Amino acid sequence: MLLKIKRVPTVVSNYQKDETVEEGGCGRNCLSKCCINGARLPLYTCKNLDKFVGEKLESPVTFLESLVLGEWEDRFQRGLFRYDVTACETKVIPGKYGFIAQLNEGRHLKKRPTEFRVDKVLQPFDGNKFNFTKVGQEELLFQFEASNNDDDSELQFLPSIPLDADNSPSVVAINVSPIEYGHVLLIPRVLDCLPQRIDHKSLLLALQMAAEAANPYFRLGYNSLGAFATINHLHFQAYYFAMQFPIEKASSLKINTTNNGVKISKLLNYPVRGLLFEGGNSINDLSDTVSDASVCLQNNNIPFNILISDSGKQIFLLPQCYAEKQALGEVSSKLLDTQVNPAVWEMSGHMVLKRKEDYEGASEEKAWRLLAEVSLSEERFKEVNTMIFEAIGLSSHEEEEGEELEEQSSMNGGSFIRVHCPSVKEEAVSN
Amino acid sequence: MSLTKSSEEDSFNGRYTLWIKEALEELPHNFTITDPFISGHPIVFASLGFLKMTGYSLEEVIGRNGKVFQGPKTNRRSIMEIREAIREERSVMVSLLNYRKSGSPFWMLFHMCPVFGRDDGKVINFVAVQVPISGQEHHRKLGDMSSDHSELVFGSCRREVCFGSFVHQNQASPMECVDEQGLEDWEHCEASESEKLKAVEAINNVLSILTRYSELSGRLVCGKRYCLRGVDCLSSSLVISLGRIKQSFVLTNPCLPDMPIIYASDAFLTLTGYKRQEVLGQNCRFLSGVDTDSSVLYEMKECILKGQSCTVQILNYSNRKDKSSFWNLLHISPVRNASGKTAYFVGVQVEASCRNTESKELRPETRQLSVVGAVRVAVRSSLMVTC
Repeated sequence: MLLKIKRVPTVVSNYQKDETVEEGGCGRNCLSKCCINGARLPLYTCKNLDKFVGEKLESPVTFLESLVLGEWEDRFQRGLFRYDVTACETKVIPGKYGFIAQLNEGRHLKKRPTEFRVDKVLQPFDGNKFNFTKVGQEELLFQFEASNNDDDSELQFLPSIPLDADNSPSVVAINVSPIEYGHVLLIPRVLDCLPQRIDHKSLLLALQMAAEAANPYFRLGYNSLGAFATINHLHFQAYYFAMQFPIEKASSLKINTTNNGVKISKLLNYPVRGLLFEGGNSINDLSDTVSDASVCLQNNNIPFNILISDSGKQIFLLPQCYAEKQALGEVSSKLLDTQVNPAVWEMSGHMVLKRKEDYEGASEEKAWRLLAEVSLSEERFKEVNTMIFEAIGLSSHEEEEGEELEEQSSMNGGSFIRVHCPSVKEEAVSN
Repeated sequence: MSLTKSSEEDSFNGRYTLWIKEALEELPHNFTITDPFISGHPIVFASLGFLKMTGYSLEEVIGRNGKVFQGPKTNRRSIMEIREAIREERSVMVSLLNYRKSGSPFWMLFHMCPVFGRDDGKVINFVAVQVPISGQEHHRKLGDMSSDHSELVFGSCRREVCFGSFVHQNQASPMECVDEQGLEDWEHCEASESEKLKAVEAINNVLSILTRYSELSGRLVCGKRYCLRGVDCLSSSLVISLGRIKQSFVLTNPCLPDMPIIYASDAFLTLTGYKRQEVLGQNCRFLSGVDTDSSVLYEMKECILKGQSCTVQILNYSNRKDKSSFWNLLHISPVRNASGKTAYFVGVQVEASCRNTESKELRPETRQLSVVGAVRVAVRSSLMVTC
């Protein structure tokens, strides 16, 4: 059975139409063969960071941050966005978690919804549909690359160079329907027209961008097909929001560690069941582990979202099943009426609401209820974890032996956590 | 470098008078005091106990941000908790893995509180107390061992926690080094009740000294907020965010009479030659002078009234030693806060002659606009707190 839902896709580019686009020389300054020869962009090549540098929130605005903000403000003042996102009222919903609600009536088009196939996470790229080679060059901010050269310890910046199609450039573009200020799209190897699916190289690029920006309030996100990705052309999203997301405050319980030092925890006391990846002997190790897990989900047709947080040091992997439920008619009309499509930002606790009544009446309970609908069940989540651990070469043995339970909680300012000290246990046993 | 240090000392002494140092130094506790109104939110006072605990000298600590004592194995969530507490101007108590100058890690109970100005409700300082954790509580929880036995059994784990300061002195003790590895990998380390009490006691002692000495200068501080922060007072977290922006800019408040400056960056003060207290509360017109084109001023006024951005080239007069005038490529723009309404105007100054067009730099226009962007991000969520 083919599962489909109808929804109004978010417009991320001023050149996006919902169905097939006319072919031929467009005179629109896009990235297709017709216009690309004229394209010039700044090029930012970041150093090949192997380890995360210690970032401090009070340290000066980094070069990359200045580049993103400066170019974004330029497009903002030139009127390229569909609305002024800073004019959208936003608030913290009272409660323990601090879900964030925004009243944004302009984000969603008043157009008729399009059909999206939601039963296949992996779908081939379709050049007839809108993709990022069709964006106008003015929507591109700069080219972003990781240095190939391991010797490069300096970042390289060139304010304006021609886009070299042969070099498979990766670009950063604006999202013309921003959720917050600075909302951009990272499009790895844009001309290669990759479909929306995680691969090792691309996730690493996203992680490098997070690390390079060195600002914990600049997160990157990814939506798989079936988890509310709008466009089937590989892209990550990112924006600035200077406070913690609820998901970043949730407790977690360590359930495994990989051979290359990546710690995997499961989220606790959060409406969405998900995994948190952190650590690793290098950025590559962390990236590879998450990629392996994502590829496993993709191959098993499980939709998911990824949140890259804490300047790339913490990565949340959130499988979901909301689209499937919607297609099967299993979602209450009350939830459907809010028209909140739980993509990565909503999963993280940042809710964009299009109706005033939903905004005024926003409560922690409602947010929780919506996200709980999106989450996999406990059973299903356990199954999925087993799959993932197998895929990354780990036993799915969960370290849950009585008192050695370790729980991390940052929810209660004063609560203290029990200690886990493996070497102690060994000594006790030997005695 | 000495310039920054003296500004930290000035601000601290100004509020509390010179004698406070002696009084604070008499306390046996480990603690630091930071100033969120200085760019980088640096430490302005560190107790002798703190220096001994971390192995740093005073010069190495004053002017640095507290983050320098954290390291690769410091728990990210704890760091985020502290950061959010600062942002929301409230206290926090959390176990934290810190690193000494030698690089060796140690666990301590970190307890931090804001100190408020009594008259204006503004956060003046943050006081942070650090109580080393012995790890006894952790061992007690692991069940039925007599306390003596636990000394023996858990000695190798506890030792580096209790005797951490000896570890880095005894270079030739590989056993401890091995244990230190384990210490870093502890997920958490719970503090005992008595350690928590020590932390509370320490904070109270520091606060009472700060209160007493602030009375001498007439600008009282206290541990609780007695009045809501005034309209023209920026939150300390907004100030910390704005302090990250190294270019010259000001924030003005269009809702207050005569649209006064409510924030001025250090770079602005350097560019114009004025001191912070000379410009706060003033309208920007003090930068204009005899030859300043009044039609440009008019253009700016119109934009402000319409709530629009504009860039103008305006002749300004500095208060620098040479009292020179300079061409200011000024960009102004309205800035909204979480309510969606305009809360401030930002003005970003670029001295025209200084516009370097080095090939590897951001274009000057981009850099100027990046200031506007950074201000927008900071202001957008500055009033949003969890409640």
